[in-house]
Amino acid sequence: MLRIVLGGAVLIALLLFSLGTALVVGLQGRGLAALNSADWSAVKFTLWQASLSAVLSTAMAIPVARALARQSFPGRQALITLLGAPFILPVIVGVLGLLAVFGRAGWISAALDWAGFSKLSIYGAPGVILAHVFFNLPLVTRLLLQAWTAIPAERFRVAESLGATAWAYFRLIEGPMLRATVPGAFLLVFLLCLTSFVVALAVGGGPKGTTIELAIYQAFRLDFDLGKAASLALVQFTICGAVSLLAFLVPLPQTDGLGFDRVVQRLDGPQHRIWDGLWISVASAFLVLPLGAVLMRGLRHMLEVPPQIFAASLTSLTIAIISTALCLAMALTLALAFARRGSLARSLAEAMGILGLASSPLVVGTGLFVLIFPYTQPMAFALPITASVNAMMALPFALRVLMPAVRETYGDYLHLRMSLGMGRWIWMTRILVPRLRRPIGFSAGLAAALSMGDLGVIALFADPDLQTLPLMLYRLMGAYRMDQAAATAVMLVVQSLFLFWMFDRGGRGHATLR
Amino acid sequence: MLHLDRLCYQLNEFSLTADLQIAAGDRVAVIGPSGGGKSTLLNGIAGFLVPRAGQMLWSGQPMPDHPGERPLSILFQDHNLFPHLTVLDNVAIGLRPDMRLSAAQKAQAVAALEQVGLGDKPMAYPRDLSGGQQGRAGLARVLLRQRPLLLLDEPFAALGPALKDEMLEITRHIVQQAGITALMVTHDPQDALSFAEYAILVAEGQAQAPTPIGSLFDHPPPALQSYLGRRAP
Repeated sequence: MLRIVLGGAVLIALLLFSLGTALVVGLQGRGLAALNSADWSAVKFTLWQASLSAVLSTAMAIPVARALARQSFPGRQALITLLGAPFILPVIVGVLGLLAVFGRAGWISAALDWAGFSKLSIYGAPGVILAHVFFNLPLVTRLLLQAWTAIPAERFRVAESLGATAWAYFRLIEGPMLRATVPGAFLLVFLLCLTSFVVALAVGGGPKGTTIELAIYQAFRLDFDLGKAASLALVQFTICGAVSLLAFLVPLPQTDGLGFDRVVQRLDGPQHRIWDGLWISVASAFLVLPLGAVLMRGLRHMLEVPPQIFAASLTSLTIAIISTALCLAMALTLALAFARRGSLARSLAEAMGILGLASSPLVVGTGLFVLIFPYTQPMAFALPITASVNAMMALPFALRVLMPAVRETYGDYLHLRMSLGMGRWIWMTRILVPRLRRPIGFSAGLAAALSMGDLGVIALFADPDLQTLPLMLYRLMGAYRMDQAAATAVMLVVQSLFLFWMFDRGGRGHATLR
Repeated sequence: MLHLDRLCYQLNEFSLTADLQIAAGDRVAVIGPSGGGKSTLLNGIAGFLVPRAGQMLWSGQPMPDHPGERPLSILFQDHNLFPHLTVLDNVAIGLRPDMRLSAAQKAQAVAALEQVGLGDKPMAYPRDLSGGQQGRAGLARVLLRQRPLLLLDEPFAALGPALKDEMLEITRHIVQQAGITALMVTHDPQDALSFAEYAILVAEGQAQAPTPIGSLFDHPPPALQSYLGRRAP
């Protein structure tokens, strides 16, 4: 009973945090009248770039995932693991890497310049889309690869024994799988690009490259026009809400993507070797080169990192730890309260997932700002607000991992527990938590890394004296101190990965755990 | 004696009725087609289900409501052992579910392990044990608990034929020695014959009264006949 009450309390808190802040925003804004033509073109651009990014990411992910599914080669597993990296990679670091390759001072521009062509410029729309594809192509590839490897090998053997042509393969096996998977993947990327802020902040801007999120930020920070920011936030919330209603019709794919190392055994592998090889090479280069560029540059200039990096690291780590604790507390409370209630639990987890994906940190931030502003200086709450927003953003992923684990433990051992007459405390401390150690560790790692790399609400709230690592990195980029930015990026990546590794590792525990 | 007095369990659309008695010390096989109610019967006796009607008596006394207070032990098909606890802990929770063992109780648990031939493995983890050894660890807990009734829900079903026979034999021996009343759900007529003296046929939501197992298989009623087909032992 207590569990249900606590779970309900967490639910209500989450709803207040997401929908409640949106409501505050709605009441505060001056309605749509506050928006001028530039704002409306931001709305248009947001929808356009999200559609295009989603189309490009899914369209390219299909051949890459198929290549990975049917070819086996040394380093395949490493590449698949690496495909998971952009998920926990701080967005700002990825953007810095893309600039190092595709930017005006990047490798490609240098080559073009040498050959007598004009340099590339990716600021604005091209940069936004490039970055969104960079982050989402690996995600969709992993989702599709999972679907591909989940097709029973027998089906391919039947097709082979019938002498199936490539077209028959597609019609019989791959087509239906893609029809079931691609719409969800497309919608997921669309939602992610709709609410993505850092990319637009770093490479967007200008009349043809401003998203709603960026416009909210600018109304806030540059014009300090709260009413306008609120109106924009209302538009953003409406669009996200409409798209998430769609998500109830088209189920979103699972986004944790844990482990799938099977190669689909197919006789038609060899005949596609060249094309598949090409897709795999291009995709890996697209993924590895930007990251490699930042890391190399950063390592070379490691000694030039500004001294503020220690304070910024400490702030970031503090936020990440608090946010992780908060996220885990909420996820565990919800899982314990609802995991055993079959279909309710599933739809709850799904709704939370969609809510987390669809609610924009900037809308929540705007709402909280509006709430606090009449009473006191909102900047003073920058840290707790950032930590709680980050916790909420990581919650869907933690729930995805924890809910099934809790359900499984109860399913496997509830009868044994009852027949032994084991009390609640022993059950919780000696059975449930040890059994959940791994998923707890993994989701803690995820939450910590996501929070560590986040640059959303903090950009809205921070005063010049307060900085987190991603914010410091962004400020260095804004000042064109790229060497120091790269060095800071290395520090940020190292700390994010360390946090992830530490928690995940802690969950694996010593050898006595299965 | 276990007395199921006009018991009725309701699970959504499905209902099971049972009106029967089992004498103390009997070994009874519970057989019948899938979905006929075998597991429901066992879960009911264990106390995992609340009856809609009727009552259950043990030695003339009503059974306590809570499964942990009933005079019984259970062996499931799997998940009898917690993977992250040592074999000793897994056995000892049969005695002290709060895991606070006195030295004497620990010695008792070790003795139970010795009785099933696992005396050298108290500190091992379940994953270090073979399938048969895991079954033995489960039996050690049954021994330690010293409860007069044992429910077996298709135990050892995952083991190979020879190992399964061996485990059934050990179980029968233990049950016989301790004078435990045992009910075993099984799919395999052969297992039923080698383990039990009586059989309860559960089909179409009804549990029949136990009959001597030999005569049941010699003259199977229609429900059993259609379940067994030509595979009568």
